[in-house]
Amino acid sequence: MHTINHLLALWAELPELLRTLVWILIITIGVILCVAFLTLWERKVIGWMQLRRGPNRVRIFGLLPGLGQPFADVFKLLSKEVVVPADANRVLFRLAPALALVPALAAWAVIPLSPALVLSNANAGLLYLLALSSMGVYGIILAGWASNSKYAFLGAMRSAAQMVAYEIAMGFALVGVLMAAGSMNLGAIVRHQEGGFLAWNWFWLFPLLVVYFIAGVAETNRAPFDVAEGESEIVAGFHVEYSGIAFALFFLAEYANMILISALTAVFFFGGWLSPFAGYPGVGATFLADPSFFWLGLKVFVFLFLFLWFRATFPRYRYDQIMRLGWKALIPVTLVWIGVEMLMSVVHIGPWARPWFH
Amino acid sequence: MHPIGEGETVLVEILFYFFATLLVAGALGVITARNPVFSALFLVFSFVNSAAIWLLMGAEFLAIVLVLVYVGAVMVLFLFVVMMLDINLAELRRGFARFAWLGWLTALALVAEITAVVWRHGLGALDAGRGFAGEPADYSNTLQLGKVLYTHYAYPFELAAVLLVIALVAAIALTLRHRPGLKTQDVGKQVGVRAADRLRIVKTSAEKRA
Repeated sequence: MHTINHLLALWAELPELLRTLVWILIITIGVILCVAFLTLWERKVIGWMQLRRGPNRVRIFGLLPGLGQPFADVFKLLSKEVVVPADANRVLFRLAPALALVPALAAWAVIPLSPALVLSNANAGLLYLLALSSMGVYGIILAGWASNSKYAFLGAMRSAAQMVAYEIAMGFALVGVLMAAGSMNLGAIVRHQEGGFLAWNWFWLFPLLVVYFIAGVAETNRAPFDVAEGESEIVAGFHVEYSGIAFALFFLAEYANMILISALTAVFFFGGWLSPFAGYPGVGATFLADPSFFWLGLKVFVFLFLFLWFRATFPRYRYDQIMRLGWKALIPVTLVWIGVEMLMSVVHIGPWARPWFH
Repeated sequence: MHPIGEGETVLVEILFYFFATLLVAGALGVITARNPVFSALFLVFSFVNSAAIWLLMGAEFLAIVLVLVYVGAVMVLFLFVVMMLDINLAELRRGFARFAWLGWLTALALVAEITAVVWRHGLGALDAGRGFAGEPADYSNTLQLGKVLYTHYAYPFELAAVLLVIALVAAIALTLRHRPGLKTQDVGKQVGVRAADRLRIVKTSAEKRA
């Protein structure tokens, strides 16, 4: 106990810049490790759904068959050569994977991980997230163009149009969240959902939740919206020419984005680090009602499972149907619900019944 | 955004000159790059750097919206178009010497205007480290902007919105063509299709195992 206190005192004495850098490092490595095990979990889950075993050879310390698979994959990819195609644009070809990954990691700066822990308590956190997620598309477009390959270019074009379309639906869904919270600070958005399972935004903003999550799946180019890769038509889409660690970076970016969208769904619609039992008799007084990182983690895990479940279940959308769904179904739904929210705020029900809104 | 303290002014100043240098370099890149895709990317780079400078001044809303709208949407579509263009560079370059004087004239006019503004207000107005005076600790740029936009400037704001919608409708109306004999899918029919319309289940007697 004495040593821990001593270490904490030492930590507090470090300059703020250094402490921030350490936190950035911890969060980044945490996300990357989550990505590693998410790939394994995905293969396991889809395996079980298809009555297979999934990866079950590589062990760590003889524990749990398959647990070492992510590391085996990483070391294999690291040791492979990165082939730059003839007549490819060498600078952009190498820059593109980094451009895809950086926004996915940088977005974690404003996500409140627990009541006390957020790297940057920015006022405009929600806008910052929207801006960053809109920048992720550059990695894909540039990869497709710089590869000097028809398939890659087709994938990039598909992805660009798709992401621009679904960003609008996503943005409108977040406008609804913004109206319910009265703030763009993510910590404030979570705190304004306080008070048990039914007080969270999902209940009053249910259509927006559906739109947000569907748009999130489309933004990450995941099945059933993964036409940017569309292996049955364009081989592997935008990353067809990438090999080795450059390919691994795209992979990392896609999975980091999945975790990000799951975390954001939890923060915006499911009360982030709030406990679902808060305010209910019985458990309401126990440790289960305390807000903590554990609850956020649990929610993120559930949404990640949805991503995997979708992939194992749905066949890929046709491209014109993707566009139709985005523009003609999701965006009108958000617009209507923003109107409904206006009415709710006038008559003071739901989130607008709270005293601080008057 | 918290107000900038005395100790941080030096750091902010260094950051300002850093981003400003990158911004100027990026802007030069836009006009000197041979490949139009690179020009567009340099423009993106310039946008990001000017957003960073705005952020240093405490204009977080404008900074983020610049990235969100211009970098995230406008330039993506721009790149989309530029990448698909079949550009003959020699063709584009042909009038360069002939119209160069026009370019120089425009550039000179711009420089003269900027110099005039700086001259009038003095160099002190450009001091990057100062930000805006008298911001309380919980100052929210976004909130203030929203309040002003939807009260004092509500009418011009809505007018601008209507103007944009008109432009949008006009652009679509001008490019919308109905070619005769074009085969399109009737989405309503596709959505409304039932398994019974397409699928016939036939009962067959099981084969005896040999």
